[in-house]
Amino acid sequence: MAQMTMIQAITDALRTELRNDPNVLVFGEDVGVNGGVFRATEGLQKEFGEERVFDTPLAESGIGGLAVGLALQGYRPVPEIQFFGFVFEVMDSISGQLARMRYRSGGRYHSPVTIRSPFGGGVHTPDMHADSLEGLMAQQPGLKVVIPSTPYDAKGLLISSIRDNDPVIFLEHMKLYRSFRQEVPEGEYSIPLGKADVKREGTDLSIITYGAMVHESLKAADELAKEGYSVEVIDLRTIAPLDIETIVASVEKTGRAIVVQEAQKQAGIAAQVVAEINDRAILSLEAPVLRVAAPDTVFPFPQAEAVWLPNYKDVIETSKKVLTF
Amino acid sequence: MASKTKTQLNVMQQLKDIEEQFQTLQILNEDGQVVNEADMPDLSDEQLQELMTRMVYTRILDQRSISLNRQGRLGFYAPTAGQEASQLASQYALEKEDFILPGYRDVPQLVWHGLPLSQAFLWSRGHFEGMKIPEGVNVLHPQIIIGAQYVQTTGVALGMKKRGAKSVAITYTGDGGTSQGDFYEGINFAGAYKAPAIFIVQNNRFAISTPVDKQSAAKTLAQKAVAAGIPGIQVDGMDPLAVYAAVHEARERAVNGEGPTLIETLTYRYGPHTMAGDDPTRYRTADLDNEWEKKDPLVRFRKFLEAKGLWNEEKESAVIEKAKEDIKEAIKVADAAPKQKVTDLMSIMYEEMPQNLKEQFELYKAKESK
Repeated sequence: MAQMTMIQAITDALRTELRNDPNVLVFGEDVGVNGGVFRATEGLQKEFGEERVFDTPLAESGIGGLAVGLALQGYRPVPEIQFFGFVFEVMDSISGQLARMRYRSGGRYHSPVTIRSPFGGGVHTPDMHADSLEGLMAQQPGLKVVIPSTPYDAKGLLISSIRDNDPVIFLEHMKLYRSFRQEVPEGEYSIPLGKADVKREGTDLSIITYGAMVHESLKAADELAKEGYSVEVIDLRTIAPLDIETIVASVEKTGRAIVVQEAQKQAGIAAQVVAEINDRAILSLEAPVLRVAAPDTVFPFPQAEAVWLPNYKDVIETSKKVLTF
Repeated sequence: MASKTKTQLNVMQQLKDIEEQFQTLQILNEDGQVVNEADMPDLSDEQLQELMTRMVYTRILDQRSISLNRQGRLGFYAPTAGQEASQLASQYALEKEDFILPGYRDVPQLVWHGLPLSQAFLWSRGHFEGMKIPEGVNVLHPQIIIGAQYVQTTGVALGMKKRGAKSVAITYTGDGGTSQGDFYEGINFAGAYKAPAIFIVQNNRFAISTPVDKQSAAKTLAQKAVAAGIPGIQVDGMDPLAVYAAVHEARERAVNGEGPTLIETLTYRYGPHTMAGDDPTRYRTADLDNEWEKKDPLVRFRKFLEAKGLWNEEKESAVIEKAKEDIKEAIKVADAAPKQKVTDLMSIMYEEMPQNLKEQFELYKAKESK
């Protein structure tokens, strides 16, 4: 075991899969000799060579097309989109092409592609760097969308994503890259995609969340415990497909739930979680399922992040509304 | 009034200089006479006959497809008549291991690369069995998103290069498609990686109703290769020998590690853009149609082969009969394909169905068993 930050765990997962499978290729803007703008691919080109880890011209759509084509030649591409706000340039390659390859070809071809990309607020990035756009991806049949919140989850989920024979969008929250260290096992291990994780057990309220909001929710749960509330925190880990079983089991136990996301209320996937709970566990509910989300404006100018981004105080406030409904 | 500076004058000369570098390659003129011995490709008598056979067959395939579409026995169809030299002579220059990424009008290339005709018809109708490409046939389904095939081709070509394969990826788009960002990104990436790719632009002068001069102020489309730093060549796309020669040479360069080529074929579609209600008389004159019909690739190649004693009416009739028979048989095979069920569509989404699909699969299975 080693103490790792999330970014180190990600590099470790990439190194593990580059070693395991000669078809794994890592490419993107500045991922080679530079080791990535966040050092996620640090040292990989040196260890595996330019044939396996390489830079591309500055064009996201071209990177997406490269992934489609390399997959058609039997490779297992792990491209990087430097910031997920730039996904709009490559929406067709992802949603119009990769997601549909298996279906369009009746199973003749498939796309074992993992797109890695940083996102998330709280670090004062310029425009179009931090937007939470996972909701767009979650609406596309043919994709899976994974968002880890810890170094341990990041490594196991990235290894599973790379080994998956269908396209996976792997979103890495920038604020979580180096915010804390965690024990991460050496060597390979995997965490199944589509499986949530109960990060804290409780009996009074279920908080269903993902990404940086997992930590805000855990902080809120600590505070609420001081007031005598027992809060369960579920980290979705995969937001498409949802782990319905874990969500429903928790809500049936607690009878109350909120969904917490960093994305705007009209975006993200909270509405989908609420709908699933209403469909499947309405008879267990003591109160409506409320959402914590950002205001429905464009992502804030950097100086306005603190007042705009949801945090543990918002989680406490909404939790209390539901607990005292 | 702005004064004419020396710089301004030089800029105009620069455009002229560029244009002059993209002269049209032609080998056969409209009368079937060889006007360029030097670039004559090395094809045997049998190969020349085979190329003519494919062109005649495909002209019949187009006529029958239009008719079957009108009868409601085919769905989406983008006519190909006029583009036989551009489509078939380029495919004829390929080897089996080469990979084709076609546009939506490029079904004939797939058929001659090994896709059964019945599957091409199923694709037209909208059936998933249509593009379940047989193993060993190196093609992708026709691309509907104009330009996407270009960026994907670079990926396929780079894959071949990494494997050390002596093969190429080839793709096709139209004149309108050259305005897309993916067109430029595709050729530029391939140039940067020196990937073995052949990019063909079939310039039939119209993107639906929009003439090519509304797409760009560039005098040729071939010169767009300059932006990627790769060779570009403009060929008479109604001349099968010129198209074959250009693609053959581009293939040689590619498999020898010299990178990609952009080939513009000057061609024409005699029919509408697609069979979905497009009416070319709204945007094309009869004079223009007549002018291009004189350039028909079949007419000039027929004359060329007849003069060499390699072709006659009897041979052509036999090809026509064979095509009609094959088409009849393929439609029968397509008719016999089982109807698609929702559970079929669910089964081809992922290797392993996620929870939501598993649930929905059970619901539809129950519906389908009623």
